[in-house]
Amino acid sequence: MQIQTISPQARPDFSKTPTIDQVGVEERVARFQTRSIKKESKVQGLKLALSMIDLTTLEGKDTEGKVKQLCYKAAHLHDVLQGLPTVAAVCVYPTFVKLAKKQLEGTGIKVASVATAFPSGQSTRKVKISDTHFAVENGADEVDMVISRGEFLEGNYAYVFDEIAEVKAACGDARLKVILETGELSTLDNVRRASEIAIYAGADFIKTSTGKISPAATQPVTLVMLETIRDYYYKTGKMVGMKPAGGISTAKIALQYLVMLRETLGDKWLTNEWYRFGASSLANDILMQLQKEQDGVYQSGDYFSKD
Amino acid sequence: MGFIKAEIIFQKTKSPSRPPQRGGEKQRTMKKIINKKTLSLGNSKWAYAPSPESTSHINLKKQYELFIDGKFVKPSSGKYFDTINPATEEKLSSIADADEKDVDKAVKAARKAYDKTWSKLPAKERGKYIYRIARLLQERAREFSVIETMDGGKSIRESRDIDIPLAANHFFYYAGWADKLEYAFPNRKPQALGVAGQIIPWNFPLLMAAWKIAPALATGNTVVLKPAETTSLTALKLAELIADSGLPDGVVNIVTGAGRTGAAIVNHPDIDKIAFTGSTDVGKLIQKAIAGTRKKATLELGGKAANIIFEDAPIDQAVEGIVNGIFFNQGHVCCAGSRLFVQEGVADVVIRKLKDRLETLIVGNPLDKNTDIGAINSKQQLATINKYIEIGKNEGADFYQSKCSVPSKGYFCRPTLFLNASQSHRVVQEEIFGPVLTVQTFRTVEEVIEKANNIPYGLSAGVWTDKGSKIFNMTNKLRAGVIWANTYNKFDPTSPFGGYKESGFGREGGLHGLMPYLKF
Repeated sequence: MQIQTISPQARPDFSKTPTIDQVGVEERVARFQTRSIKKESKVQGLKLALSMIDLTTLEGKDTEGKVKQLCYKAAHLHDVLQGLPTVAAVCVYPTFVKLAKKQLEGTGIKVASVATAFPSGQSTRKVKISDTHFAVENGADEVDMVISRGEFLEGNYAYVFDEIAEVKAACGDARLKVILETGELSTLDNVRRASEIAIYAGADFIKTSTGKISPAATQPVTLVMLETIRDYYYKTGKMVGMKPAGGISTAKIALQYLVMLRETLGDKWLTNEWYRFGASSLANDILMQLQKEQDGVYQSGDYFSKD
Repeated sequence: MGFIKAEIIFQKTKSPSRPPQRGGEKQRTMKKIINKKTLSLGNSKWAYAPSPESTSHINLKKQYELFIDGKFVKPSSGKYFDTINPATEEKLSSIADADEKDVDKAVKAARKAYDKTWSKLPAKERGKYIYRIARLLQERAREFSVIETMDGGKSIRESRDIDIPLAANHFFYYAGWADKLEYAFPNRKPQALGVAGQIIPWNFPLLMAAWKIAPALATGNTVVLKPAETTSLTALKLAELIADSGLPDGVVNIVTGAGRTGAAIVNHPDIDKIAFTGSTDVGKLIQKAIAGTRKKATLELGGKAANIIFEDAPIDQAVEGIVNGIFFNQGHVCCAGSRLFVQEGVADVVIRKLKDRLETLIVGNPLDKNTDIGAINSKQQLATINKYIEIGKNEGADFYQSKCSVPSKGYFCRPTLFLNASQSHRVVQEEIFGPVLTVQTFRTVEEVIEKANNIPYGLSAGVWTDKGSKIFNMTNKLRAGVIWANTYNKFDPTSPFGGYKESGFGREGGLHGLMPYLKF
């Protein structure tokens, strides 16, 4: 892939992004939380959420065995229940991409790989690009990169922008998710600005968090990111995907995120092509709720496999 | 990669010192960069299933009497009128129609209670009763919410989350003042007036009753209150609650009926104070009627508030504020932000976002927990709103309504916009009291202040900007009693509320809300 160089004139001025009122954002989020999702719309919403999960394992202690188990779970969430979708993708470190790809062959489940010195992003451009190349060459369908938060907070927006654009070029056909690590950005104004930088630099998805920093995904942060996607769509007609990641562990909260998505971006985004949940324990809670909708009673957690 | 496109989008911010004659071109550029692809909002790929609040727990009588001297008594005329559910057009109950004789009985009971018991009671004992009413209201909040929604048409979300808790909060707040009046007004010897006649509107039935009764009792007055004829039920449920609270007989009397009953209260010679919330026309009649008498008055009347969006505002939150400003309670709000002013540089994007947001608003069964906009309060009010919609269309403003479906039965109105409205349109000048928003654009701060103030009303206003100094400049120059900055329709018992000009006089809420019920 040819690395694209950007002339300073063509780069938008990111020092003047729209302002965000935190109180107003929190009020709007509270309204989504009071939507009452019952009966058939609950089942439909839960299945949709399930199909949007990026089942994730990103630990120093990951092994081939662990990744194999996770891949099996991804394709067979809970075989007792009929009519379940699979998750959207399995998300692993670059070294496990080849294995995951082989395990998931024929399932339609994508392999996502983190890259660019995940989770801190503290490395040279060269290392980050070669990290990305490695993941893509091993067969990653999607690349989850981290932005350089230090450079961002120093005000070097051009650096952050150029880096994303270069990683995007290195991705080739793989779709690029850009992790803003909003827990380190501290204000919603910063979240808005980082979202714009990522989108204009070529992100296919913007993603809240690595899951290694607290707070991870929050609803106010997600709303600001969705609104940035909407503004970009208004201006260009192009869709960008969204992935809240980390901290979304219950079916109830997942439904609140979907309500937010539906009422902010509408129907076109209600698919795993444009929306993902980065989560590891969410799937089992959703399965438990779906089983309950079918049987009328909750089952013990021990009936749901933990991989 | 759309780098060239990105440059166009950002050129506005890159060259702040453009020559003014290019303003028109700037607007054309704005239009060009907003693409025509629409978001598909509010349709049915993933629709919310009905989620109605249960009505099985409420206790409604077939017929309600007048609450006079601590007892429920039949009206002297023997006449009753129906109260209906505006969402279904079904009758809920029969309500006693009070005439002059009944009002006279109520005033006599209030006078007796004032002379014999209430004025003799130590102030802290008064406070205890008010606290008790507040607590009982919290305990019965669920029942009150459902009845408020059935009788008035407002969504259960609003009656559950706003009306009823806020009503209880008013009682709690004023209960606290009861034994502290001398500290509230040091060295001024505050004293009660006597009997207060209170007439309240149909838009916030229970909340308005709380706004009126709580400060009157805390300051040591007794009360004759008349709820609006379309929404008497929660006031009558409050009467039951007050009876249960053990409040001495006659301290609060509730008489039901229409304009004639209200006139009997206003004209009764033994009333010391009139507190009225309602239309400016009736407010003027009341002021004429009490001219030359000893009666004091507070009037909280109509409004036509300006909601002003500057270019530097947080746009997405401002759009929420616009929606909350005009569609809260179906627009039946005297302080509704019914005139929207948008600075020209952001007008296109604000209007596009507003239109998209309208499509996500759910209009329908008020008892459904997902309903955003409930039923119009009465057939008569729906006719008024529709009349203004016709006027607006004929005047030539651009008419826009959300495409949502509305139930075939009941009184409903889709969220409505009149775009490109002008200051001389009647829909801009007159209070519609429905979900109808007029949209005007402006260029400068001076222009918008002039337009915002160019109206006989002066109840409220909203200002949206990221700049603090601009907010303070606006609050100094806007002639309105309440001004919200970067929010709208926020209410709190501690905050005074009231109008300038033909929006009335006197303040309710907060320390200020005590004064109209006291002499010094």
